[in-house]
This record gives sequence, structure tokens and C-alpha cells, in this order.
Amino acid sequence: MRVTINGISRDLPPGATVAQAVETLTQAGAGVAVAVNDEVVRRGAWGSTTLGENDRVEVLTAVQGG
Amino acid sequence: MDDTDDTLVLGGEKFASRLIMGTGGAPSLEVLDRALAASGTEITTVAMRRLDPASRGSVLDVLRERGVRVLPNTAGCYTAGEAVLTARLAREALGTDWVKLEVINDERTLLPDPIETFDAAERLVAEGFVVLPYIGDDPALARRLEQAGCAAVMPLGSPIGSGLGIRNPHSIELITEAATVPVILDAGIGTASDAALAMELGCDAVLLATAVTRARRPELMAMAMRDGVVAGRRARLAGRIPRRRYAEASSPVTGPVGEQRRAPS
Repeated sequence: MRVTINGISRDLPPGATVAQAVETLTQAGAGVAVAVNDEVVRRGAWGSTTLGENDRVEVLTAVQGG
Repeated sequence: MDDTDDTLVLGGEKFASRLIMGTGGAPSLEVLDRALAASGTEITTVAMRRLDPASRGSVLDVLRERGVRVLPNTAGCYTAGEAVLTARLAREALGTDWVKLEVINDERTLLPDPIETFDAAERLVAEGFVVLPYIGDDPALARRLEQAGCAAVMPLGSPIGSGLGIRNPHSIELITEAATVPVILDAGIGTASDAALAMELGCDAVLLATAVTRARRPELMAMAMRDGVVAGRRARLAGRIPRRRYAEASSPVTGPVGEQRRAPS
């Protein structure tokens, strides 16, 4: 199953969850937020939210700025 | 008025420091940490960006250690929709409903887009955010955003990172005269006298980053900004004398040496 994680196309097993998508980038959950197709997925729902073909996953954190 | 009573109330919270420091532009987290400490700031901004697995060290760790409140911004957004999503992600990642709303119009000037900013502000206020919008030095827009429920307004002095200071003091003063929410001068500060001027014009606080983080000696400039904000605030509270066209003697006008030699006019 192809999904886009932070703009990069990746192959994840069918039925993969948001949590699995996040794990491709980081093991840390603190200070991280996720949107799938421009909708925020709360941290508590990462493990239970499954991704679909061509979903766009954005994994953000705070950086220096402003 | 006693200095100790002069607290900034922002979003229902009290702050002793009226200097808000951004974290952008610092050459390292160590330099940033020392500058933050020297500035005395209690609020500092961060940006939200895609997580980079290769990055080492988190600005959040530094801020947590410092005990300053984290104010996420929506820098880099060009539309209300992008800004609203960024604010929601920041709330999720950082556990704060405060947001510095920043929606720019073009990348050359980074000037804020008033239409998109107002649209996003209305939506974020409706979602319960404490919205601090970055705007041009426009008294009408400042009033409209205040009426829309923003917790503060943040007019620019000049474009972000330009160090051009306050290009339109008159407009800033019109904004501070009319506002009933805090006015935070945001963007364009180049040196300590700019920060002092902002406070003299009636601003409640100053937000700056580049002027400190890209100074030759960031920690020293942070101290200068802290002092500049304090000096400007005190001068504002003290009340400046009116400007006069001609001199007014500060020494007694009678009895100087040679007085009799000058004929009365």
C-alpha cells in the first residue's frame, strides 16, 4: 500500500496504522502531531486509525522559529 | 506605579517580562539557551515543521528546561486553511491552545495577508484558541481582529528579519491608543532602541528573534533588548514631556553672571 509520509511516497503493509507510519520516522511520541489528509489524528487514536491507499500523512514537530 | 505591579496580562495569564523572544535563527541550541536566559523572556515562539529523523536535539527540551511558555506559530502558511491545520497540529503536539497566527502573502516581503489572517482568526477563535495574530501596522484591521475575539494584536514594525525598526510609529500609536487587548510589536526590531520605542508608543510587549539570534553576540543583545523593553515601558508609564519648538531653560533664568549687561527686551 502506497502512502505519502511527509511528502515522500512509502510502502506500508495493507491495514497499516498511523502509529506504524509515525514509527518510520521516530520512536518518540512526545511533541509530535499527525494529520492524515489534512485532518488531525489525536495521539490516542494513532494505534487504531488505519491508513488507506494514497493517504497523505503529515508528521510535525516543533522547531526553532518565529 | 510600582514596577512590581506592572505585569503583562495575556490570554488570562500574568507575565513579569514584556519581552517575547522567538527561537528562529540561533546558530545552535546552546547559543539559544543562553540568549533566552539573558533576555528574561517567559514566552517564546516555535515553528511547526515536518519531523526530520536526522535532526539531533530538540528546541522543546531547551524550552522545557528553561521553563518558558511555548507559543507555536503558523509561519510558512499562505492560506487560512493551512494556518488552521497548523494551529490544530501545534495544539496536539504541544498541548497549548495558544497560537501566533501568521499568514503571509509573499515570500519576498513576508508581509502578512490581512484577508487570510482574519479568516483564520475567526475560525481559530471559534475553536477555542487563544489567537495572537501577526498583522501589518493597520489600526482598522487591529480593531476588527480584536472584535473577532483575538487575545492580542501583533503589528509589525517592519518586515520580518529586516531590522528596519518601526517604520510607522504613528500607526503603531493609533493601534495602541484604541486597543483594549495587548498590543505586541512583532517583527522588524533591529536594536534595543527600537524595542524601547515600541514600548514608548504604548505597546504592551515586544516580540523579536532575529535581532538577538543573528547579532554578533546574541547573549549580550538579549540583555540589551531586555533593558530596552524595561526602559521604554518605564518611560511610557512616567509620561514623556511634550515636544517644544524652542528651548525651555532648566536652570534658573534670573541672576546669572552679567545679567545687567543684557537689555530687557
